[in-house]
Amino acid sequence: MQVAVIKYNAGNVQSVLYALERLGVHAVLTDDLEQIAKADKVIFPGQGEASTAMRYLKEKQLDKLIPNLKQDFFGVCLGQQLLCEHSEENDTPCLGVFPVKVKKFVPANSADFKVPHVGWNNLFDLKTPLLAGLSDESFVYYVHSYYCELSEFTIASTNYVLDFAGLMQKDNFYAMQAHPEKSGLVGERILKNFLSL
Amino acid sequence: MLTKRIIPCLDIKDGRTVKGVNFVQLRDAGDPVELAKIYSDEGADELVFLDITATVDKRKTLAELVTKVAKAINIPFTVGGGISTVEDVKVLLNAGADKISINSAAVKNPDVINEMALEFGSQCIVVAIDTRNVDGIDFVHTHGGRKPTLLKTQAWAQEVCERGAGEILLTSMDHDGTKAGFANEITAEISFMLSIPVIASGGAGNMEHFKDVFTFGKADAALAASIFHFKEIPIPELKQYLSGEDISIRK
Repeated sequence: MQVAVIKYNAGNVQSVLYALERLGVHAVLTDDLEQIAKADKVIFPGQGEASTAMRYLKEKQLDKLIPNLKQDFFGVCLGQQLLCEHSEENDTPCLGVFPVKVKKFVPANSADFKVPHVGWNNLFDLKTPLLAGLSDESFVYYVHSYYCELSEFTIASTNYVLDFAGLMQKDNFYAMQAHPEKSGLVGERILKNFLSL
Repeated sequence: MLTKRIIPCLDIKDGRTVKGVNFVQLRDAGDPVELAKIYSDEGADELVFLDITATVDKRKTLAELVTKVAKAINIPFTVGGGISTVEDVKVLLNAGADKISINSAAVKNPDVINEMALEFGSQCIVVAIDTRNVDGIDFVHTHGGRKPTLLKTQAWAQEVCERGAGEILLTSMDHDGTKAGFANEITAEISFMLSIPVIASGGAGNMEHFKDVFTFGKADAALAASIFHFKEIPIPELKQYLSGEDISIRK
């Protein structure tokens, strides 16, 4: 099985590769369109700012390729947000795979909720084989200030300030806001499930 | 529900774990990679590595250690000690660190916080503040808490937050090494004042101290070293205790 991790200037790319290695998978780190197109699975990690990331994807023509991919695709962290329609972060139009909007956390009382949302929070209302073997007591590691709104594509929710989409799925596209590569055994299970879809 | 984080801190010297009592007397507590793996398996929520001998020629050794740790564990970790430039940060993040922490360098040149936050995002920039109370006023100290500055702790915390710090690691030098409990008062004051998470450090001696710093101290995370290294408080027991005390904890 050929797993491609999209090469991209994000700090967590290396960590994703290490997490895959711990599962015995040697992924290819690439921004080559052909190599990504022929991979069996594609992982799109992200960290950073939405408009800069979209500019990079356009430069590499990845913005045209990604929405048309037919193999299982996994967007992680900013990767989830970029698969959406639009992000409030610098008013950025995104890839539009999910007809979902990305919004900023605006707590009514900043003493109760700090932004970014940093730390371990649980997933609930789990659906689909991606989350097989996990319960509502599954904690994953989050670091983000923007979130994907709940929609019919939500396959797991998390609550912080409000309920938001922890994971999403539409056809072959899967996405997760938290960092599976840093989420202990739960994250490992999600990556393993993705690889065996 | 977002949970409170328990963070063991590993002081590193020449690639080995040490813990200073009041940062002066050092004891050897083992291999950092092995220890990191044990903590991660035991349920630590995050780790901090503090390189206390960080000098320019040691930077490469530290980056190699960071890569080994990143390959071995599946929880986030922060690396600090002697980091002063954007280039230092790039090397450590590329080696696999999730966050870096800066202390003295930020006091010396506060603009570096803005530069680092802009380049890598606030989420990976932790500003460590060592504070000591002098005649009723809290002052920032640098160089492992030895050197006093004229900066008032509260004002400095506010400033680093505005400059783009993603988290504050607040160490009370008055409490560090005492095992008499965290500095709950100033931790609460700063946590309440700021919109970013505060990690409390210094003074952990028993499990109740953790409960106190999460309730009275309003800390988002609590850091400790020797009590974990020398198995005085096993992490699974601590988490079970805190859960029982109605503190939100990752199981």
